[in-house]
Amino acid sequence: MQIGVFTVGDVTPDPTNGRTPTEAERIKAMVAIALKAEEIGLDVFATGEHHNPPFVPSSPTTMLGYVAARTERLLLSTATTLITTNDPVKIAEDYAMLQHLSGGRVDLMMGRGNTGPVYPWFGQDIRDGIALAVENYALLRRLWREDVVDWEGRFRTPLQGFTATPRPLDGVPPFVWHASIRSPEIAEQAAYYGDGFFHNNIFWDAGHVRRMVQLYRRRFEHYGHGPADTAIVGLGGQFFMRKNSQDAVREFRPYFDNAPVYGHGPSLEDFSTLTALTVGSPQQVIDKTLSFREMAGDYQRQLFLVDHAGLPLKTVLEQLDLFGEEVLPVLRREYAALTPAHVPDAPTHTSLKAAAEAAEPEEVSV
Amino acid sequence: MTTRKLAVISAGVRVPSSTRLLADRLTEATVAALRSRGIDVEVEVVELREHAHEVLDAVLTGFPAPGLRPAVDAVTGADGVIAVTPIFSGSYNGLFKTFFDGLDDGVLTGKPTLIGATGGTGRHSLALEHAVRPLFAYLRSVVVPTAVYAAPEDWAGGGEGVAPLDQRIARAAGELADLVAARAAPAVADPFADPVVPFSELLGGR
Repeated sequence: MQIGVFTVGDVTPDPTNGRTPTEAERIKAMVAIALKAEEIGLDVFATGEHHNPPFVPSSPTTMLGYVAARTERLLLSTATTLITTNDPVKIAEDYAMLQHLSGGRVDLMMGRGNTGPVYPWFGQDIRDGIALAVENYALLRRLWREDVVDWEGRFRTPLQGFTATPRPLDGVPPFVWHASIRSPEIAEQAAYYGDGFFHNNIFWDAGHVRRMVQLYRRRFEHYGHGPADTAIVGLGGQFFMRKNSQDAVREFRPYFDNAPVYGHGPSLEDFSTLTALTVGSPQQVIDKTLSFREMAGDYQRQLFLVDHAGLPLKTVLEQLDLFGEEVLPVLRREYAALTPAHVPDAPTHTSLKAAAEAAEPEEVSV
Repeated sequence: MTTRKLAVISAGVRVPSSTRLLADRLTEATVAALRSRGIDVEVEVVELREHAHEVLDAVLTGFPAPGLRPAVDAVTGADGVIAVTPIFSGSYNGLFKTFFDGLDDGVLTGKPTLIGATGGTGRHSLALEHAVRPLFAYLRSVVVPTAVYAAPEDWAGGGEGVAPLDQRIARAAGELADLVAARAAPAVADPFADPVVPFSELLGGR
Protein backbone atom coordinates (compact mmCIF):
# COMPACT_ATOMS: atom_id res chain seq x y z
CA MET A 1 0.00 0.00 0.00
CA GLN A 2 1.28 3.42 -1.00
CA ILE A 3 0.23 6.17 1.42
CA GLY A 4 0.81 9.80 0.63
CA VAL A 5 -0.47 13.34 0.34
CA PHE A 6 -1.85 15.33 -2.53
CA THR A 7 -2.24 19.08 -2.74
CA VAL A 8 -4.52 21.25 -4.81
CA GLY A 9 -2.25 24.26 -4.35
CA ASP A 10 -5.03 26.72 -3.55
CA VAL A 11 -4.20 30.15 -2.18
CA THR A 12 -7.02 30.59 0.32
CA PRO A 13 -7.30 33.15 3.12
CA ASP A 14 -7.02 31.71 6.62
CA PRO A 15 -10.60 32.28 7.83
CA THR A 16 -9.48 32.61 11.44
CA ASN A 17 -7.36 35.70 10.82
CA GLY A 18 -8.08 36.76 7.24
CA ARG A 19 -4.45 36.37 6.20
CA THR A 20 -3.80 35.22 2.63
CA PRO A 21 -0.40 33.68 1.85
CA THR A 22 1.52 35.09 -1.10
CA GLU A 23 2.06 32.84 -4.09
CA ALA A 24 5.69 32.55 -3.08
CA GLU A 25 4.70 31.43 0.43
CA ARG A 26 2.22 28.92 -0.91
CA ILE A 27 4.67 27.41 -3.38
CA LYS A 28 7.33 27.08 -0.66
CA ALA A 29 4.69 25.59 1.64
CA MET A 30 3.88 22.91 -0.94
CA VAL A 31 7.57 22.00 -1.09
CA ALA A 32 7.81 21.95 2.71
CA ILE A 33 4.85 19.56 2.81
CA ALA A 34 6.54 17.29 0.27
CA LEU A 35 9.75 17.24 2.31
CA LYS A 36 7.76 16.53 5.47
CA ALA A 37 6.04 13.66 3.66
CA GLU A 38 9.40 12.05 3.01
CA GLU A 39 10.56 12.76 6.57
CA ILE A 40 7.60 10.98 8.21
CA GLY A 41 7.89 8.02 5.86
CA LEU A 42 5.05 8.62 3.42
CA ASP A 43 5.38 7.08 -0.05
CA VAL A 44 3.83 9.65 -2.40
CA PHE A 45 3.60 13.39 -2.92
CA ALA A 46 1.23 14.52 -5.68
CA THR A 47 0.59 18.04 -6.87
CA GLY A 48 -2.41 19.42 -8.70
CA GLU A 49 -2.18 21.32 -11.96
CA HIS A 50 -4.20 24.48 -12.43
CA HIS A 51 -4.13 27.43 -14.77
CA ASN A 52 -6.33 29.89 -12.92
CA PRO A 53 -6.25 31.74 -9.60
CA PRO A 54 -6.49 31.04 -6.69
CA PHE A 55 -4.23 28.10 -7.54
CA VAL A 56 -0.45 28.24 -7.94
CA PRO A 57 0.76 24.91 -9.37
CA SER A 58 0.68 25.51 -13.13
CA SER A 59 4.01 23.80 -13.73
CA PRO A 60 4.06 20.44 -11.95
CA THR A 61 7.32 19.05 -13.33
CA THR A 62 9.19 22.19 -12.24
CA MET A 63 7.97 21.68 -8.70
CA LEU A 64 8.40 17.91 -8.74
CA GLY A 65 11.90 18.22 -10.20
CA TYR A 66 12.85 20.52 -7.34
CA VAL A 67 11.33 18.13 -4.80
CA ALA A 68 13.10 15.21 -6.48
CA ALA A 69 16.45 16.93 -5.93
CA ARG A 70 15.74 17.33 -2.23
CA THR A 71 14.34 13.86 -1.52
CA GLU A 72 15.59 10.33 -1.93
CA ARG A 73 12.71 7.97 -1.58
CA LEU A 74 9.47 9.87 -2.19
CA LEU A 75 7.42 8.94 -5.26
CA LEU A 76 6.40 12.08 -7.16
CA SER A 77 3.01 12.19 -8.79
CA THR A 78 0.22 14.47 -9.96
CA ALA A 79 -3.36 15.08 -8.92
CA THR A 80 -4.10 15.57 -11.70
CA THR A 81 -2.27 16.11 -14.98
CA LEU A 82 -4.61 17.77 -17.46
CA ILE A 83 -4.69 15.27 -20.31
CA THR A 84 -7.29 17.41 -22.10
CA THR A 85 -5.61 20.80 -22.42
CA ASN A 86 -1.91 19.87 -22.28
CA ASP A 87 -0.16 18.80 -25.44
CA PRO A 88 0.49 15.06 -25.01
CA VAL A 89 3.87 15.57 -26.68
CA LYS A 90 4.90 17.96 -23.90
CA ILE A 91 3.57 15.60 -21.21
CA ALA A 92 5.60 12.75 -22.72
CA GLU A 93 8.77 14.84 -22.71
CA ASP A 94 8.35 16.61 -19.37
CA TYR A 95 7.63 13.46 -17.39
CA ALA A 96 10.30 11.39 -19.13
CA MET A 97 12.77 14.12 -18.16
CA LEU A 98 11.46 14.00 -14.59
CA GLN A 99 11.90 10.22 -14.60
CA HIS A 100 15.58 10.59 -15.45
CA LEU A 101 16.19 13.34 -12.89
CA SER A 102 14.36 11.53 -10.09
CA GLY A 103 15.71 8.06 -10.78
CA GLY A 104 12.31 6.72 -11.79
CA ARG A 105 10.37 8.08 -8.82
CA VAL A 106 7.51 9.32 -11.03
CA ASP A 107 4.00 8.39 -11.94
CA LEU A 108 1.07 10.45 -13.17
CA MET A 109 -2.62 10.75 -12.57
CA MET A 110 -4.62 11.89 -15.59
CA GLY A 111 -7.62 14.16 -15.12
CA ARG A 112 -9.75 16.28 -17.40
CA GLY A 113 -10.09 19.47 -15.39
CA ASN A 114 -13.50 20.98 -14.70
CA THR A 115 -12.80 24.70 -15.08
CA GLY A 116 -14.67 25.70 -18.22
CA PRO A 117 -12.52 28.67 -19.39
CA VAL A 118 -9.24 26.72 -19.10
CA TYR A 119 -10.23 24.72 -22.18
CA PRO A 120 -10.63 27.71 -24.53
CA TRP A 121 -7.55 29.37 -23.02
CA PHE A 122 -5.64 26.34 -24.27
CA GLY A 123 -7.49 26.17 -27.56
CA GLN A 124 -9.94 23.43 -26.61
CA ASP A 125 -13.62 22.98 -25.73
CA ILE A 126 -14.84 21.45 -22.46
CA ARG A 127 -17.55 19.59 -24.35
CA ASP A 128 -14.77 17.56 -25.97
CA GLY A 129 -13.39 16.62 -22.54
CA ILE A 130 -13.81 12.85 -22.85
CA ALA A 131 -12.72 12.74 -26.50
CA LEU A 132 -9.61 14.80 -25.65
CA ALA A 133 -8.75 12.51 -22.74
CA VAL A 134 -9.10 9.44 -24.95
CA GLU A 135 -7.19 10.71 -27.97
CA ASN A 136 -4.43 12.57 -26.14
CA TYR A 137 -3.71 9.64 -23.87
CA ALA A 138 -3.63 7.18 -26.78
CA LEU A 139 -0.96 9.41 -28.37
CA LEU A 140 0.94 9.82 -25.09
CA ARG A 141 1.21 6.04 -24.72
CA ARG A 142 2.64 5.69 -28.21
CA LEU A 143 5.15 8.51 -27.66
CA TRP A 144 6.52 6.68 -24.63
CA ARG A 145 6.48 3.24 -26.20
CA GLU A 146 7.50 3.82 -29.85
CA ASP A 147 10.77 5.51 -30.75
CA VAL A 148 9.40 7.03 -33.95
CA VAL A 149 5.75 8.02 -34.17
CA ASP A 150 3.61 8.87 -37.18
CA TRP A 151 0.26 10.10 -35.97
CA GLU A 152 -2.85 11.98 -36.96
CA GLY A 153 -5.88 12.81 -34.83
CA ARG A 154 -8.73 15.24 -34.30
CA PHE A 155 -7.18 17.65 -31.86
CA ARG A 156 -3.50 18.10 -32.56
CA THR A 157 -1.16 18.83 -35.44
CA PRO A 158 -0.18 15.54 -37.11
CA LEU A 159 3.23 14.04 -36.39
CA GLN A 160 5.52 12.53 -39.01
CA GLY A 161 8.69 10.79 -37.89
CA PHE A 162 8.56 12.30 -34.40
CA THR A 163 10.68 11.04 -31.51
CA ALA A 164 9.84 12.31 -28.02
CA THR A 165 13.00 12.93 -26.03
CA PRO A 166 14.35 11.89 -23.69
CA ARG A 167 13.14 8.34 -24.08
CA PRO A 168 11.58 6.98 -20.86
CA LEU A 169 14.13 5.91 -18.24
CA ASP A 170 15.25 2.31 -18.90
CA GLY A 171 12.68 2.22 -21.71
CA VAL A 172 9.93 1.98 -19.08
CA PRO A 173 7.10 4.56 -19.28
CA PRO A 174 5.81 5.97 -15.99
CA PHE A 175 2.81 4.19 -14.49
CA VAL A 176 -0.44 6.07 -15.10
CA TRP A 177 -3.58 6.45 -13.04
CA HIS A 178 -6.81 7.89 -14.42
CA ALA A 179 -8.97 9.96 -12.11
CA SER A 180 -12.63 10.73 -12.44
CA ILE A 181 -15.39 11.51 -10.00
CA ARG A 182 -18.34 10.42 -12.12
CA SER A 183 -17.47 9.63 -15.75
CA PRO A 184 -17.79 5.92 -16.54
CA GLU A 185 -15.78 6.47 -19.74
CA ILE A 186 -12.67 7.21 -17.69
CA ALA A 187 -13.09 4.08 -15.55
CA GLU A 188 -13.43 2.22 -18.86
CA GLN A 189 -10.27 3.86 -20.21
CA ALA A 190 -8.24 2.90 -17.14
CA ALA A 191 -9.57 -0.66 -17.34
CA TYR A 192 -8.86 -0.99 -21.07
CA TYR A 193 -5.17 -0.21 -20.62
CA GLY A 194 -4.77 -1.96 -17.28
CA ASP A 195 -3.79 1.38 -15.77
CA GLY A 196 -4.70 2.51 -12.28
CA PHE A 197 -8.02 4.16 -11.41
CA PHE A 198 -8.19 6.86 -8.76
CA HIS A 199 -11.40 8.09 -7.17
CA ASN A 200 -11.13 11.28 -5.19
CA ASN A 201 -13.80 10.28 -2.73
CA ILE A 202 -13.35 13.47 -0.71
CA PHE A 203 -16.28 15.02 -2.50
CA TRP A 204 -18.63 12.12 -3.08
CA ASP A 205 -20.59 9.68 -1.00
CA ALA A 206 -19.42 6.14 -0.44
CA GLY A 207 -22.22 4.52 -2.42
CA HIS A 208 -21.22 6.34 -5.56
CA VAL A 209 -17.51 5.66 -5.07
CA ARG A 210 -18.24 1.96 -4.71
CA ARG A 211 -20.17 1.86 -8.00
CA MET A 212 -17.45 3.69 -9.93
CA VAL A 213 -14.66 1.50 -8.56
CA GLN A 214 -16.65 -1.68 -9.17
CA LEU A 215 -17.23 -0.65 -12.78
CA TYR A 216 -13.47 -0.19 -13.24
CA ARG A 217 -12.71 -3.53 -11.56
CA ARG A 218 -15.23 -5.44 -13.72
CA ARG A 219 -13.89 -3.92 -16.93
CA PHE A 220 -10.23 -4.46 -15.87
CA GLU A 221 -11.04 -8.16 -15.66
CA HIS A 222 -13.03 -8.00 -18.92
CA TYR A 223 -9.97 -6.69 -20.76
CA GLY A 224 -7.86 -9.54 -19.48
CA HIS A 225 -5.57 -7.76 -17.05
CA GLY A 226 -6.42 -10.10 -14.19
CA PRO A 227 -9.18 -10.73 -11.68
CA ALA A 228 -11.25 -7.70 -10.66
CA ASP A 229 -9.85 -7.72 -7.15
CA THR A 230 -6.31 -7.26 -8.50
CA ALA A 231 -7.12 -4.03 -10.36
CA ILE A 232 -5.08 -1.01 -9.26
CA VAL A 233 -7.23 1.39 -7.25
CA GLY A 234 -6.40 4.65 -5.50
CA LEU A 235 -8.60 6.70 -3.19
CA GLY A 236 -8.58 10.16 -1.72
CA GLY A 237 -9.01 11.10 1.89
CA GLN A 238 -8.97 14.14 4.09
CA PHE A 239 -8.40 14.53 7.81
CA PHE A 240 -7.83 17.01 10.56
CA MET A 241 -6.86 15.54 13.90
CA ARG A 242 -5.99 16.41 17.42
CA LYS A 243 -5.43 13.99 20.29
CA ASN A 244 -8.85 15.00 21.57
CA SER A 245 -11.50 14.80 18.85
CA GLN A 246 -13.48 17.76 20.22
CA ASP A 247 -10.37 19.95 19.85
CA ALA A 248 -10.05 18.84 16.23
CA VAL A 249 -13.67 19.74 15.45
CA ARG A 250 -13.44 23.10 17.18
CA GLU A 251 -10.18 24.05 15.43
CA PHE A 252 -11.11 22.80 11.96
CA ARG A 253 -14.71 24.05 11.80
CA PRO A 254 -13.94 27.59 10.54
CA TYR A 255 -11.73 26.10 7.82
CA PHE A 256 -14.44 23.62 6.85
CA ASP A 257 -17.24 26.19 6.91
CA ASN A 258 -15.33 28.52 4.58
CA ALA A 259 -13.57 25.95 2.41
CA PRO A 260 -13.65 26.14 -1.37
CA VAL A 261 -15.91 23.51 -2.97
CA TYR A 262 -18.03 22.46 0.01
CA GLY A 263 -17.89 25.45 2.36
CA HIS A 264 -21.18 27.17 3.26
CA GLY A 265 -22.98 23.95 2.31
CA PRO A 266 -23.46 20.84 4.42
CA SER A 267 -22.41 20.83 8.06
CA LEU A 268 -19.02 19.42 9.03
CA GLU A 269 -20.85 16.58 10.79
CA ASP A 270 -23.01 15.70 7.76
CA PHE A 271 -20.11 15.91 5.34
CA SER A 272 -17.96 13.70 7.59
CA THR A 273 -20.69 11.07 7.62
CA LEU A 274 -21.12 11.17 3.83
CA THR A 275 -17.57 11.50 2.51
CA ALA A 276 -13.97 10.58 3.22
CA LEU A 277 -13.47 13.56 5.55
CA THR A 278 -12.47 12.73 9.13
CA VAL A 279 -12.18 15.40 11.77
CA GLY A 280 -11.29 13.86 15.09
CA SER A 281 -8.74 11.80 16.95
CA PRO A 282 -5.95 9.74 15.34
CA GLN A 283 -7.95 6.60 16.14
CA GLN A 284 -10.95 8.00 14.24
CA VAL A 285 -8.72 8.70 11.25
CA ILE A 286 -7.42 5.12 11.40
CA ASP A 287 -10.93 3.66 11.64
CA LYS A 288 -12.35 5.76 8.82
CA THR A 289 -9.41 5.11 6.51
CA LEU A 290 -9.54 1.38 7.06
CA SER A 291 -13.27 1.45 6.26
CA PHE A 292 -12.44 2.53 2.67
CA ARG A 293 -11.42 -1.10 1.96
CA GLU A 294 -14.99 -2.17 2.65
CA MET A 295 -16.23 0.41 0.17
CA ALA A 296 -13.75 -0.10 -2.68
CA GLY A 297 -12.11 -3.46 -2.00
CA ASP A 298 -8.39 -3.92 -1.36
CA TYR A 299 -6.62 -1.01 -2.95
CA GLN A 300 -3.12 0.20 -3.65
CA ARG A 301 -2.86 3.92 -3.02
CA GLN A 302 -4.28 6.19 -0.34
CA LEU A 303 -3.68 9.92 -0.81
CA PHE A 304 -4.73 12.50 1.76
CA LEU A 305 -5.50 16.17 1.25
CA VAL A 306 -4.01 17.97 4.24
CA ASP A 307 -3.29 21.54 3.20
CA HIS A 308 -6.31 23.26 1.71
CA ALA A 309 -8.89 25.81 2.88
CA GLY A 310 -6.31 28.23 4.25
CA LEU A 311 -4.77 25.98 6.91
CA PRO A 312 -1.42 27.53 7.88
CA LEU A 313 1.73 25.59 6.97
CA LYS A 314 2.67 25.20 10.63
CA THR A 315 -0.61 23.43 11.33
CA VAL A 316 -0.25 21.22 8.26
CA LEU A 317 3.23 20.13 9.32
CA GLU A 318 1.95 19.39 12.84
CA GLN A 319 -0.80 17.29 11.26
CA LEU A 320 1.74 15.31 9.28
CA ASP A 321 3.96 14.78 12.35
CA LEU A 322 0.96 13.47 14.27
CA PHE A 323 0.01 11.30 11.29
CA GLY A 324 3.52 9.87 11.11
CA GLU A 325 3.59 9.08 14.81
CA GLU A 326 0.13 7.74 15.49
CA VAL A 327 -1.63 6.82 12.25
CA LEU A 328 0.86 5.72 9.62
CA PRO A 329 2.42 2.81 11.57
CA VAL A 330 -1.04 1.44 12.40
CA LEU A 331 -2.29 1.78 8.82
CA ARG A 332 0.82 0.01 7.50
CA ARG A 333 0.38 -2.84 9.96
CA GLU A 334 -3.35 -3.19 9.30
CA TYR A 335 -3.12 -3.02 5.50
CA ALA A 336 -0.36 -5.64 5.58
CA ALA A 337 -2.49 -7.92 7.72
CA LEU A 338 -5.77 -7.34 5.84
CA THR A 339 -4.64 -7.44 2.21
CA PRO A 340 -4.73 -10.92 0.63
CA ALA A 341 -1.45 -12.16 -0.85
CA HIS A 342 -2.73 -12.22 -4.44
CA VAL A 343 -3.57 -8.50 -4.45
CA PRO A 344 -0.59 -6.73 -6.06
CA ASP A 345 1.07 -3.51 -4.99
CA ALA A 346 0.82 -0.53 -7.31
CA PRO A 347 3.43 -0.76 -10.09
CA THR A 348 6.60 1.32 -9.63
CA HIS A 349 9.52 1.99 -11.92
CA THR A 350 11.42 -0.84 -10.25
CA SER A 351 8.62 -3.37 -10.67
CA LEU A 352 7.83 -2.27 -14.25
CA LYS A 353 11.51 -2.46 -15.20
CA ALA A 354 11.81 -5.95 -13.71
CA ALA A 355 8.68 -7.04 -15.58
CA ALA A 356 10.04 -5.61 -18.84
CA GLU A 357 13.36 -7.38 -18.36
CA ALA A 358 11.61 -10.65 -17.57
CA ALA A 359 9.61 -10.32 -20.78
CA GLU A 360 12.54 -9.28 -22.97
CA PRO A 361 14.42 -12.57 -23.67
CA GLU A 362 11.31 -14.02 -25.35
CA GLU A 363 11.09 -11.06 -27.70
CA VAL A 364 14.79 -11.35 -28.61
CA SER A 365 14.57 -15.07 -29.33
CA VAL A 366 11.77 -14.58 -31.86
CA MET B 1 -54.04 -4.65 -12.70
CA THR B 2 -51.48 -2.28 -14.19
CA THR B 3 -49.73 0.00 -11.72
CA ARG B 4 -48.23 3.40 -12.47
CA LYS B 5 -46.10 5.62 -10.24
CA LEU B 6 -46.81 9.28 -9.64
CA ALA B 7 -44.30 11.65 -8.04
CA VAL B 8 -45.77 14.78 -6.52
CA ILE B 9 -43.46 17.72 -5.87
CA SER B 10 -44.76 20.50 -3.66
CA ALA B 11 -42.64 23.58 -3.05
CA GLY B 12 -44.86 25.42 -0.57
CA VAL B 13 -42.96 27.08 2.22
CA ARG B 14 -45.70 27.65 4.81
CA VAL B 15 -47.20 24.97 6.99
CA PRO B 16 -50.01 24.32 6.27
CA SER B 17 -49.52 25.19 2.65
CA SER B 18 -52.09 26.06 -0.01
CA THR B 19 -49.54 24.78 -2.57
CA ARG B 20 -49.64 21.39 -0.88
CA LEU B 21 -53.43 21.60 -0.75
CA LEU B 22 -53.51 22.13 -4.54
CA ALA B 23 -50.97 19.34 -5.04
CA ASP B 24 -53.15 16.98 -3.02
CA ARG B 25 -56.27 17.91 -4.99
CA LEU B 26 -54.45 17.35 -8.29
CA THR B 27 -53.13 14.02 -7.03
CA GLU B 28 -56.52 12.77 -5.87
CA ALA B 29 -58.09 13.72 -9.19
CA THR B 30 -55.30 12.05 -11.18
CA VAL B 31 -55.47 8.88 -9.12
CA ALA B 32 -59.25 8.78 -9.60
CA ALA B 33 -58.88 9.34 -13.35
CA LEU B 34 -56.32 6.54 -13.64
CA ARG B 35 -58.43 4.15 -11.53
CA SER B 36 -61.37 4.83 -13.82
CA ARG B 37 -59.09 3.65 -16.66
CA GLY B 38 -58.37 0.46 -14.72
CA ILE B 39 -54.93 1.52 -13.54
CA ASP B 40 -53.70 1.37 -9.98
CA VAL B 41 -51.43 4.17 -8.73
CA GLU B 42 -48.55 4.44 -6.29
CA VAL B 43 -48.06 7.99 -5.10
CA GLU B 44 -44.86 9.45 -3.65
CA VAL B 45 -45.25 12.98 -2.32
CA VAL B 46 -42.12 15.09 -1.91
CA GLU B 47 -42.60 18.08 0.37
CA LEU B 48 -39.56 20.10 -0.62
CA ARG B 49 -39.62 22.26 2.52
CA GLU B 50 -38.59 19.19 4.50
CA HIS B 51 -35.49 18.87 2.28
CA ALA B 52 -34.75 22.56 1.89
CA HIS B 53 -31.16 22.43 3.15
CA GLU B 54 -30.38 19.20 1.31
CA VAL B 55 -31.77 20.65 -1.93
CA LEU B 56 -29.31 23.53 -1.76
CA ASP B 57 -26.45 21.31 -0.55
CA ALA B 58 -26.93 19.05 -3.58
CA VAL B 59 -26.30 21.99 -5.87
CA LEU B 60 -23.26 23.08 -3.82
CA THR B 61 -21.62 19.65 -3.44
CA GLY B 62 -22.79 18.06 -6.69
CA PHE B 63 -24.46 15.03 -5.15
CA PRO B 64 -27.71 14.49 -3.23
CA ALA B 65 -27.42 13.76 0.48
CA PRO B 66 -28.94 10.39 1.51
CA GLY B 67 -31.99 12.18 2.93
CA LEU B 68 -32.76 13.67 -0.47
CA ARG B 69 -32.10 10.49 -2.44
CA PRO B 70 -35.64 9.04 -2.05
CA ALA B 71 -37.11 12.26 -3.46
CA VAL B 72 -34.74 12.18 -6.42
CA ASP B 73 -35.43 8.50 -7.00
CA ALA B 74 -39.20 9.11 -6.80
CA VAL B 75 -39.04 11.66 -9.61
CA THR B 76 -36.55 9.63 -11.65
CA GLY B 77 -38.65 6.47 -11.45
CA ALA B 78 -42.09 8.06 -11.84
CA ASP B 79 -44.41 7.44 -14.79
CA GLY B 80 -45.90 10.89 -14.23
CA VAL B 81 -45.06 14.01 -12.24
CA ILE B 82 -47.24 16.60 -10.56
CA ALA B 83 -45.18 19.70 -9.81
CA VAL B 84 -46.68 22.55 -7.81
CA THR B 85 -45.01 25.77 -6.72
CA PRO B 86 -46.02 29.01 -5.14
CA ILE B 87 -45.43 31.99 -7.43
CA PHE B 88 -42.80 34.31 -5.96
CA SER B 89 -41.75 37.50 -7.74
CA GLY B 90 -43.51 36.46 -10.91
CA SER B 91 -42.06 32.93 -11.14
CA TYR B 92 -41.57 29.57 -9.40
CA ASN B 93 -39.88 29.93 -6.02
CA GLY B 94 -36.19 29.25 -5.51
CA LEU B 95 -36.76 26.01 -3.63
CA PHE B 96 -38.71 24.55 -6.56
CA LYS B 97 -36.10 25.58 -9.14
CA THR B 98 -33.15 24.49 -7.01
CA PHE B 99 -34.58 20.98 -6.63
CA PHE B 100 -34.87 20.58 -10.41
CA ASP B 101 -31.42 22.15 -10.88
CA GLY B 102 -29.94 19.36 -8.74
CA LEU B 103 -31.35 16.48 -10.83
CA ASP B 104 -29.13 14.68 -13.32
CA ASP B 105 -29.55 15.63 -16.97
CA GLY B 106 -32.29 13.77 -18.77
CA VAL B 107 -34.23 12.28 -15.86
CA LEU B 108 -37.41 14.16 -16.83
CA THR B 109 -37.13 13.57 -20.57
CA GLY B 110 -40.47 12.45 -21.95
CA LYS B 111 -42.12 12.36 -18.54
CA PRO B 112 -45.81 13.35 -18.47
CA THR B 113 -46.05 16.32 -16.13
CA LEU B 114 -48.86 18.37 -14.69
CA ILE B 115 -47.88 21.83 -13.47
CA GLY B 116 -49.73 23.83 -10.86
CA ALA B 117 -49.18 27.00 -8.88
CA THR B 118 -50.64 29.08 -6.13
CA GLY B 119 -50.36 32.80 -5.50
CA GLY B 120 -51.68 35.73 -3.56
CA THR B 121 -53.67 37.07 -6.50
CA GLY B 122 -55.11 35.74 -9.74
CA ARG B 123 -53.01 38.27 -11.65
CA HIS B 124 -50.00 35.93 -11.33
CA SER B 125 -51.68 32.98 -13.02
CA LEU B 126 -49.80 33.32 -16.31
CA ALA B 127 -46.50 32.72 -14.48
CA LEU B 128 -47.40 29.06 -15.08
CA GLU B 129 -47.26 29.63 -18.84
CA HIS B 130 -44.35 32.08 -18.93
CA ALA B 131 -42.06 30.60 -16.28
CA VAL B 132 -43.02 27.10 -15.14
CA ARG B 133 -43.93 25.59 -18.53
CA PRO B 134 -40.68 26.74 -20.22
CA LEU B 135 -38.66 25.20 -17.36
CA PHE B 136 -40.22 21.82 -18.05
CA ALA B 137 -39.93 22.33 -21.79
CA TYR B 138 -36.18 22.76 -21.22
CA LEU B 139 -36.13 19.57 -19.15
CA ARG B 140 -37.97 17.85 -22.05
CA SER B 141 -40.97 16.87 -19.94
CA VAL B 142 -44.28 16.40 -21.72
CA VAL B 143 -46.40 19.01 -19.94
CA VAL B 144 -50.17 18.59 -20.18
CA PRO B 145 -52.08 21.47 -21.84
CA THR B 146 -54.00 22.47 -18.73
CA ALA B 147 -51.94 24.06 -15.99
CA VAL B 148 -53.82 24.77 -12.78
CA TYR B 149 -53.50 28.02 -10.89
CA ALA B 150 -55.23 28.56 -7.56
CA ALA B 151 -55.70 32.14 -6.36
CA PRO B 152 -57.19 32.81 -2.91
CA GLU B 153 -60.71 33.26 -4.34
CA ASP B 154 -60.54 29.88 -6.09
CA TRP B 155 -60.79 28.14 -2.74
CA ALA B 156 -64.29 29.66 -2.56
CA GLY B 157 -66.38 30.19 -5.67
CA GLY B 158 -63.63 31.50 -7.93
CA GLY B 159 -63.67 34.66 -9.98
CA GLU B 160 -66.15 35.72 -12.58
CA GLY B 161 -65.47 34.23 -15.99
CA VAL B 162 -63.10 31.62 -14.54
CA ALA B 163 -63.91 27.93 -14.55
CA PRO B 164 -64.23 26.65 -10.99
CA LEU B 165 -61.04 25.16 -9.55
CA ASP B 166 -62.47 21.64 -9.29
CA GLN B 167 -63.32 21.63 -12.99
CA ARG B 168 -59.86 22.80 -13.98
CA ILE B 169 -58.30 20.20 -11.68
CA ALA B 170 -60.45 17.46 -13.22
CA ARG B 171 -59.50 18.51 -16.76
CA ALA B 172 -55.79 18.63 -16.01
CA ALA B 173 -55.90 15.33 -14.13
CA GLY B 174 -57.67 13.70 -17.07
CA GLU B 175 -54.99 14.94 -19.44
CA LEU B 176 -52.21 13.62 -17.21
CA ALA B 177 -54.01 10.31 -16.69
CA ASP B 178 -54.31 9.81 -20.46
CA LEU B 179 -50.56 10.19 -20.93
CA VAL B 180 -49.59 8.14 -17.90
CA ALA B 181 -52.02 5.36 -18.83
CA ALA B 182 -50.62 5.23 -22.34
CA ARG B 183 -47.15 4.11 -21.33
CA ALA B 184 -44.87 3.43 -18.41
CA ALA B 185 -41.76 5.58 -18.04
CA PRO B 186 -38.76 4.20 -19.88
CA ALA B 187 -36.16 2.79 -17.50
CA VAL B 188 -33.41 5.29 -16.78
CA ALA B 189 -30.07 3.85 -17.84
CA ASP B 190 -27.53 3.28 -15.06
CA PRO B 191 -24.27 4.73 -16.39
CA PHE B 192 -22.23 2.55 -14.04
CA ALA B 193 -23.83 -0.74 -15.03
CA ASP B 194 -22.63 -2.97 -17.85
CA PRO B 195 -22.60 -2.70 -20.74
CA VAL B 196 -20.69 0.55 -20.78
CA VAL B 197 -19.61 2.10 -24.07
CA PRO B 198 -16.67 -0.14 -24.98
CA PHE B 199 -13.34 1.60 -25.18
CA SER B 200 -12.80 0.68 -28.83
CA GLU B 201 -15.84 2.83 -29.59
CA LEU B 202 -14.45 5.72 -27.54
CA LEU B 203 -11.17 5.41 -29.40
CA GLY B 204 -13.02 5.61 -32.70
CA GLY B 205 -10.67 3.20 -34.45
CA ARG B 206 -7.52 5.05 -33.44
